[in-house]
Amino acid sequence: MDGHLLEPTLYTVKGIAILDNDGNRILAKYYDKNVFPTAKEQRTFEKNLFNKTHRANAEIIMLDGLTCVYRSNVDLFFYVMGSSHENELILMSVLNCLYDSVSQILRKNVEKRAVLESLDIVMLAMDEICDGGIIIDADSSSVVSRVALRTDDIPLGEQTVAQVLQSAKEQLKWSLLK
Amino acid sequence: MSSFKREKKEEEDGGGNPFQNIEKTTVLQEARTFNETPVNPRKCTHILTKILYLLNQGEQFGSTEATEAFFAMTKLFQSKDVILRRMVYLGIKELSSIADDVIIVTSSLTKDMTGKEDLYRAAAIRALCSITDSTMLQAIERYMKQAIVDRNSAVSSAALVSSLHMTKIAGDVVKRWVNEAQEAVNSDNIMVQYHALGVLYHIRKSDRLAVTKLVAKLTRMSLKSPYAVCMLIRITAKLLEEEGDSGNSNNHLFEFIDSCLRHKSEMVTYEAAHAIVNLKRTSSRELAPAISILQLFCSSPKPTLRFAAVRTLNQVAISHPAAVTACNIDLENLISDSNRSIATLAITTLLKTGGESSVERLMKQISMFVSEISDEFKVVVVQAIRALALKFPRKHSVLMNFLSAMLREEGGFDYKASIADTIITIIEDNPDAKETGLAHLCEFIEDCEHTSLAVRILHLLGKEGPRTKQPSRYIRFIYNRVLLEDPRFRAGAVSAMAQFGATCPDLLENIQVLLTRCQMDPDDEVRDRATYYSNILSRQDKSLYNNYIIEPMKISISALERSLQEYIQGDTEQAFDIKSIPVVSPLAAEEIQTIAQKTDGMLSSTGPASKPVQASREENYIKELSNVPELQQLGPLFKSSDVVELTESETEFVVRCIKHSYTKHLVLQFNCTNTLSDLLLENVRVQVDPSEGYNIVKEIPCPKLPYNETGTSYIILEFPSDLSQSVGTFGAVLKFIAKDCDPTTGIPDTDEGYGDEYILEDLEVTPSDQIQRVSKVNWSAAWDEATEANNYSMMNIVFSLSSVSTLEEAIKNVVQYLGLQAAEHSDKVPEGKTVHTLLLAGVFRGGADILAQAKLVLADTVTMELTVKATEESVAELIVFAIE
Repeated sequence: MDGHLLEPTLYTVKGIAILDNDGNRILAKYYDKNVFPTAKEQRTFEKNLFNKTHRANAEIIMLDGLTCVYRSNVDLFFYVMGSSHENELILMSVLNCLYDSVSQILRKNVEKRAVLESLDIVMLAMDEICDGGIIIDADSSSVVSRVALRTDDIPLGEQTVAQVLQSAKEQLKWSLLK
Repeated sequence: MSSFKREKKEEEDGGGNPFQNIEKTTVLQEARTFNETPVNPRKCTHILTKILYLLNQGEQFGSTEATEAFFAMTKLFQSKDVILRRMVYLGIKELSSIADDVIIVTSSLTKDMTGKEDLYRAAAIRALCSITDSTMLQAIERYMKQAIVDRNSAVSSAALVSSLHMTKIAGDVVKRWVNEAQEAVNSDNIMVQYHALGVLYHIRKSDRLAVTKLVAKLTRMSLKSPYAVCMLIRITAKLLEEEGDSGNSNNHLFEFIDSCLRHKSEMVTYEAAHAIVNLKRTSSRELAPAISILQLFCSSPKPTLRFAAVRTLNQVAISHPAAVTACNIDLENLISDSNRSIATLAITTLLKTGGESSVERLMKQISMFVSEISDEFKVVVVQAIRALALKFPRKHSVLMNFLSAMLREEGGFDYKASIADTIITIIEDNPDAKETGLAHLCEFIEDCEHTSLAVRILHLLGKEGPRTKQPSRYIRFIYNRVLLEDPRFRAGAVSAMAQFGATCPDLLENIQVLLTRCQMDPDDEVRDRATYYSNILSRQDKSLYNNYIIEPMKISISALERSLQEYIQGDTEQAFDIKSIPVVSPLAAEEIQTIAQKTDGMLSSTGPASKPVQASREENYIKELSNVPELQQLGPLFKSSDVVELTESETEFVVRCIKHSYTKHLVLQFNCTNTLSDLLLENVRVQVDPSEGYNIVKEIPCPKLPYNETGTSYIILEFPSDLSQSVGTFGAVLKFIAKDCDPTTGIPDTDEGYGDEYILEDLEVTPSDQIQRVSKVNWSAAWDEATEANNYSMMNIVFSLSSVSTLEEAIKNVVQYLGLQAAEHSDKVPEGKTVHTLLLAGVFRGGADILAQAKLVLADTVTMELTVKATEESVAELIVFAIE
């Protein structure tokens, strides 16, 4: 029988990827040396994965012997990969955490431009979710609290009136002091 | 700062992706800014992000470049900016594998790890462990231990996860942290608990008793973390599986998994259900609750849950099809699921469990969506259809039509190959399906872009076509290939045509005309083949046909290659003797079955790893035996038997025997394993008491056998000159000198040991040890030829097999005992028949050909009339006498 009892190990995640709407990599990490060891193989896999998933919003797919769960928003695609025998629900919890964390970091503005603007924070969040294939945390609020949100980096359009006034005051103060 | 902002803005206006056009050299140039004081956190963070982005995009950094960037980065420790510091940690982790002298940052990281800023500590630990090697680990061991039990959960988790990474380079050191990990299991934080359990299990996994204790303790204390419970279920399941059927003492373990089915987290209930269905010991009664959980998941709104459930049910359908039938309605609903992966799995599950009546309906449903799914899933569907065709042979026309429709569609090589494979299997299994199947395949090769596949089909046509009602109709298809395709196609087609010429006398003239035309072919191989076949066919000699056209070469190709190489290097005065090449046996039926099961398994076989080509069993042994100089004079190895267990598998010493037959000698290979940790065995040998006629030529003992190792000893025997004595039973005793030793170091306490012995089970030598199977494509032709030729002697015997009650069983016993290969699928008995003829072929050591025909009649018991023809009289006698 081909059913497998799962090996008791913490190394659950084989890879995490965020792609844009052309299937290009924004961020991706692969945690298993035996799974796509070279950049070229990774690219091919990502292209393939993207082609199979960008039209059907189906949440889960098996590809190249991996179980991939995914989620998309506007022009972004989030993927979490695990072995084909892995508990899909665990992978899903990682994906949800990734998505929710990014969403909170970007203040619900989950799109490519915003990700690129806060790429440093998104990188930190990914690092806080998974380290070398081990899930570190799957709770988005705790992840976000750990990646030290910047407060003064909000684009002008989304600042509250009070915030705008505050920064205007500051600038005025500095110019007067000169 | 403002200039930087403007710059950033311009980039955005330009491309939308500020990172799009960055270059490695420019960025590395920019990294020099890191050296400026005071550090500008904004600017530096941005540059660092660019470096990390490049690394992430797969850009290769040279060792010098990486080291330079790394050292520049260390300057950034001066800044107090939180984000910058965290990005530095990330940079350290990414560059640590490429750059040199990374340990330079150890002290900075140790400071951050033990400092007050919680936002630094966890990340600093993980960065530190990525640059630490086993010697340096000692230095930070104290901090790590403290961190594991730290009150801050992030710090504790980071320390635990890092320890697990560190076990790869310094397992011993990490083992000393077991107490801290134990404490962390009791943590309130769900992730800390999960990580601690992972570390604990990893430290203890080689010690089964410790794992048992760990599980016993944890199953009682109800873990908070669903992740930890999943992990615990896996550990428990593994424990259960390893212990096997040893009594009911493990019932509490199973009960624990069973209780997890009622856990409030779906993740856990699924994990538990998955474990239960995959445990070998699970009875169908125990299976029921797990199945109902999965059934519940089938109607979940979440695709992932549905997928998980169907995937698991699909696995269950292989082992317990009856249990899954309860879910058939739910599965049928899933056929129209918008996620095609789910739909495919649902349908293949249904195909496995469904009855004969539902086949047509299911096939109709599959055809509706088959074009929309990926090749990987199509292969799964095809495999399910294959299983179905074997289960319900009467439905072959529906299935065959479906398969041929699939063949005509677009698809990759693997997909097409699996369809062709399935059709071939159906043809071989079911004579009724042969004509239609061949017709579909003919049509397929008309425009097949995969050469290797087309060549295989041509070969099959050559094999099966001549024996159909109308062989001539296939020749057109085959000859079409000769006109059009590339040389490999043409060569295959030529060979296939020759088969027709050799088997169908009335077509011979036409075939000769075609072959003559092929002799003008521009390709060497095609011309050679055409000339070769045309020459043989023009001789009008049946035995030439049989030996050089119809029957494939039955020797091992790789052995032939090796022998030829040796021959060329050595003295070439003497002619090369092809008889010295071991005969290769067709795959035994069980082996084929295991391979089929592997592929039938389902998606798991679609992993990226490709399977290496398996060498034959004899090939493997030849390599092993060539290390023993005494065996070199015996000539080529003729046959190696299956492994025979001479002890129970759980005893103090485990001995397995393999019988190797040479032309005149029998070599017994004993693989002995010592399972006693406090004993060192020396001069280990197996003493056999051979039956009359055998001569022991030499014994080769195994000099030393420490705990948990397997050593090999050999005995060389000479076969009796009287063949009838070569079948017999040998008594066997394991003899050795035992020395008590220290279980941990394996060093013996004293130099003096004591002789001891251990009685083994008897060893039987049967005819099958001396016979290599040979697959005859056209057995009857060979049989007729043997009747005409005068070098064959014939023996005949009638007797009753009182111990068996079905024809299948009788056939299995005869084939197994004689070690002959059934030809022309005669080992399969059509349903409901009471009379059957079994056709067998093989070759005896020394090269005597054997053909045997067994007529079986089923009354209350099975009566068999066995006719043996062999090129040596004594061989025929041996077989007839042996079966009595």
